[in-house]
Amino acid sequence: MIPPLLDRAPYVVAVLLVGSGLYVIVDDPNLVKKVLGLNLFQTGIFLVFIAAAFRTGGRAPLVADSSGGPYVNPLPHVLILTAIVVGVSVTALAAALVVRIGEEQGTVRVDELDSAPESAEETAEVDDGE
Amino acid sequence: MSDLIPLLVTLPVVPAALLPLLGRRFDRIGWPVAAVATVAQTGLASWVLWRVATDGPMRTVVGGFPAILGIELAVDRLSAVFVLLVAGVGLWGLAYTRRDGPRSATAYALYLLLLAGLTGMAVTRDAFNLYVFLEISALAGYALVATGDGLDAAPAALQYLLVGTVGASLYLLGVGYLYIATGTLNMGALATQLAAVGYDDRLVLAAFALIAVGLGVKVAVFPLHTWKPRAYRAAPPGFAAVLAALVSTIAAYALVRILLSAFTVAFLSANPLVVVVLQAGAVVSIVVGALLALLERDVRRMLAYSSVSQLGIAVAGLSLGTPLGIVGGVVHLVGHAVMKGGAFAAAGVVAAGYGARTVDEYANAADHLPVTSAAFATLGVGLVGIPPMVGFFGKWYVALGAVREGAWAVAAAVLVSTVLSLAYFARLVQRLYLEPGEGKSDRATVSSGMVAAGVVAALVALGLGLASAGLVDFLWPSVQGVTGP
Repeated sequence: MIPPLLDRAPYVVAVLLVGSGLYVIVDDPNLVKKVLGLNLFQTGIFLVFIAAAFRTGGRAPLVADSSGGPYVNPLPHVLILTAIVVGVSVTALAAALVVRIGEEQGTVRVDELDSAPESAEETAEVDDGE
Repeated sequence: MSDLIPLLVTLPVVPAALLPLLGRRFDRIGWPVAAVATVAQTGLASWVLWRVATDGPMRTVVGGFPAILGIELAVDRLSAVFVLLVAGVGLWGLAYTRRDGPRSATAYALYLLLLAGLTGMAVTRDAFNLYVFLEISALAGYALVATGDGLDAAPAALQYLLVGTVGASLYLLGVGYLYIATGTLNMGALATQLAAVGYDDRLVLAAFALIAVGLGVKVAVFPLHTWKPRAYRAAPPGFAAVLAALVSTIAAYALVRILLSAFTVAFLSANPLVVVVLQAGAVVSIVVGALLALLERDVRRMLAYSSVSQLGIAVAGLSLGTPLGIVGGVVHLVGHAVMKGGAFAAAGVVAAGYGARTVDEYANAADHLPVTSAAFATLGVGLVGIPPMVGFFGKWYVALGAVREGAWAVAAAVLVSTVLSLAYFARLVQRLYLEPGEGKSDRATVSSGMVAAGVVAALVALGLGLASAGLVDFLWPSVQGVTGP
C-alpha cells in the first residue's frame, strides 16, 4: 500500500492540495481564506502537470546540450508558467474584491455580510422610495 | 488571408490595453474607443464570415510551428457565426451603456478584453489556449460584475470568481489528463490520438468528465449555476445584458468544439454511459432551471434561471451526437443569446424608467414604456419558443433530433420547459399590460439607445427565426463534416 504511494508522492501531494483547497473554499466563512484555498487548489493542479513532465534521470531540454536524452518534457512547464500568470491575476482581482467588501461592509466573513440578495433588494427598494 | 484570424483577437485587445492610459488624460474616452473598436470588429467578423462561406474554412498556426506543437487558430462556419455573435453583441451593448454607464475608461477596457477573450475561445483549436482565453474572458467578466454600484456587487463578483475559477481549473486538469494520455493539445491531433489510445481508456474518460464539469460551471448547468442569478443581478444592466448573452453561450460553444473536434462523436457512440450522464444533466437543468425561474420574483434573477433551462436544451442537443441535434443546439444557443441579452436590456429599461425590479412591480409598465414593453413581450414569446421567433426553431430541431434518436426524456423535457416558461413569461406579460399599478415613472433616465437595444434584439430574434432554415443549411456542413453522414 505505502510503497506505490511513495513512488507517486507528487500526485499524492497534488490530491491533498486540491482536496484541502476545495474544502477551504467551500467551508471557511472568511473570504481571505477562501482566496487562499483557491490558490492551494490551483497549485495542486499545477503540480500534476509538473509531475507528469518528470522523467527518471531526465535532463534539462537545452538546445546546447549535445549529450543526448532522456530529457524532461518542457511543454508542461511552459503551460504552467502561463497558468501561474493567470492564477496571479485571479488572486489579484479576488484580493481587490475582498478589500472592497471589507471597506464597504466592515467585515470579510460571509456569514456577517449584509448583502444577501434578498436584503440587498429590500435596501434598494427603501432607497428608491425616499 | 488566414492572418486575419489573430487580428480578430488583437483588434479588441490593443484598445483594451491603451484605454487605462488614455483614461488618465481624457475624460469619458472609454465609450468612443469601445464603439470604434466594436464597429471595426463587427466589420472584420462579417468579412471573415463571408470569406468562410465562399472560400471554406481558414486556419493558421501562430509562429509558424507545426500544428501539433504550435497554437492553431481556425475559423469554420460554426466558429464564424459565434465570432460575429460576439462582435455584434459587443457593439449592441454599447447602445445601452451610452446613457446608463458605467463611464470609466477601465470599465470599457474590461469590456473589450471580455470580447477579445470570447472571440479567442471561438477561434482557437488548442485545448490549453482555450483555457487561457476562457480565463481572460472570465476575469474581465468578474471585474465587469464588480463595476455594479449595489452593495452586493463585490460579493457577487467574488462568488462568481471563486466558482468560475474552480470550474476553469477543473477544465485545466482535464486538459492535463488529455496531454498525459496523448502528448498533444491540438484538437485535430487529439482526435486521431484519442482514437488510438482508446475511447474507453480511464484517463480519457476522466479527462472528458473534468472538461465537461469545468465548462459546465461556465455554461451554468444545474447544479453548477449558483453564481449566475446573483452576478447578473449585481452587474450594471448594460453589462449584465452582454454577459447574459455571451459568457455561457461561448462556454457552450467550447463544449461543442471540444466534443466535435477533439473527442469526436465516435467517443459518444463508444461510451453510452457518457451520453446518458450528459442527457440526464441536461434534462435536470432544463426542468429545474425553469422551475426556479417560475418561483423567482426578481425579474433579472428569473431571466438568469431561465438561462439555466435554455442552455440545458443546447447541451441536450449536443449530447444527441447527430447533426440535427447539434445544429439544433447551436441555433438555440445563438437565438437564446440574442433574446436573453435583449430581455436583460428591456429589464434594465423598466428598472430605470419605471423603478420596477420584481414581477409584481411590473404592473401597468406598458402604459409608461410601451415600446420596451412590446419588445419585452416579443422576446418573452421567443424565449418560450413560439414561431416564428428563433426560440421555436432551436427547440424544434433539438426535439426532432431527440425523437429520431429515441431520446424521449430529452424530447419530454423540451416540451415541459416550454410549458413552464410560458407560465413565467405569461405572468410577466399579464402584469405589463393588464394589471393596474403605479410605478415611479422617470423617462429622463431612459435613452433611446437603451430602448433600441431591446427592440433591435426582438427584431433580430424574429429575423433569425424567419431565416432559421438558412442558418441550419449554413451550419450543416461544418457539423456534418465531423459527425459523418
